Amino acid sequence: MVQPLDYLRETASQTAGPYVHIGLIPKQAGFDIFENQLGDTMLTPETKGERITIKGHVFDSTGTPLRDVLLEIWQANADGRYNHPDDTQGKPLDETFRGWGRTGSHFETGLYTFKTIKPGAVRGRHTHTMAPHINVWIVARGINIGLNTRMYFSDETEANAKDPVLNLIELEKRRETLIAQRSERDGEVIYTFDIHLQGDNETVFLDI
Amino acid sequence: MPRWRIPMEHPTSPKGEYFQRDRTMHPPALTPHYKTSVTRSHKNALLSLQNSLSEITGPVFGHNELGALDNDLIRNYAHGGDPIGERIIVHGRVLDEAGRPQPNALLEFWQANAGGRYRHKKDTYLAPIDPNFGGCGRTLSDENGYYMFRTIKPGPYPWRNFVNNWRPAHIHFSIFGPAFAQRLITQMYFEGDPLIWSCPIVRGIPDDDAIRQLIAPLDLNASIPIDTLAYKFDIVLRGRRSTMFENRLEGN
Repeated sequence: MVQPLDYLRETASQTAGPYVHIGLIPKQAGFDIFENQLGDTMLTPETKGERITIKGHVFDSTGTPLRDVLLEIWQANADGRYNHPDDTQGKPLDETFRGWGRTGSHFETGLYTFKTIKPGAVRGRHTHTMAPHINVWIVARGINIGLNTRMYFSDETEANAKDPVLNLIELEKRRETLIAQRSERDGEVIYTFDIHLQGDNETVFLDI
Repeated sequence: MPRWRIPMEHPTSPKGEYFQRDRTMHPPALTPHYKTSVTRSHKNALLSLQNSLSEITGPVFGHNELGALDNDLIRNYAHGGDPIGERIIVHGRVLDEAGRPQPNALLEFWQANAGGRYRHKKDTYLAPIDPNFGGCGRTLSDENGYYMFRTIKPGPYPWRNFVNNWRPAHIHFSIFGPAFAQRLITQMYFEGDPLIWSCPIVRGIPDDDAIRQLIAPLDLNASIPIDTLAYKFDIVLRGRRSTMFENRLEGN
């Protein structure tokens, strides 16, 4: 016999279900209960950085958009610093930017939207610098454990080419599934980031 | 100034990477008896990433973002009366796999009412809405990782999966530890519920011990005589290494 390894075990994940909005976005479920809805607004007028809108759909294997999906994003500020005590890069903190947002896709169209800023580059492991990216987490009915992925920017070709995470993806074609496409409309900068849960264009999901 | 601030560093908190997630214990993406997972599960393998700053950091929440009644589902949607149902306290600790308490963890929870009806536009089950019950709440764990809330025990409800599927009574939990890598959504079940072991969502978890870990025991020690019963539900988030050897996140 050896000594027991007495670690606890992580609590198992379960699907967020179709009514996830009740707990996490009650306004979307159809009722007003909390004074302060968390994750609703990412920006204040003082927040530093280029304003961007992220839009897209999450598709199932039949090409149907999920109309009950919930997404959260987590990102660095315009200088590439996370608003967290373990970010030791020594870059300036923007106190007006938490870096976290939450939204539900539209019940009819399945479109999701975030209004945020474009993040700066963050230091990676070793001496690498990661290309600007946004960390994405997706839950919904039918998804048993939250899916992690990253969104990169189509106008950062050079940085993307050197990104240590994109370069881990063996099939170069699949790297494209993580690149959001930039467009501009009436002065608004829009990045379109569609996520495919399954099928030909299946998005790369991460075990972080 | 924003209503949230980075808290003081926890003096004993480790600074390394997070333990890898044991995906043989979590439900896999594809669990065909839970039918919606068929079209919503990835076919390609996940890409494994060693932690960088993007994974070991995560949003920080403050007490002043929450309302005074946010953890009291008996009061937080009361419109002139109390909700109908079994009054319960749900309490426990948020720990990591090394047994360390997780202070300042944001817990959000939602549930159906005593009859199994959700207050949601899309729920059309014939059991009635309770005018005094919203069904959601949230709280932050204290410096010892402890949390509690008061609610009504939810009822089971039918769902369109097999012809005659019923969800066991459950409360959904969403939890934030200090790192985005610890992000977790799960469901709490109640001791002794015979529906637990026939539920395709529960049985998506391949490991029976991991299922048992989702079942909250009745806790008479925490119940309030002539007032409220209690259930205890501890939550374990991913653990973290104390030290890094090579491959330091810090760079050189």
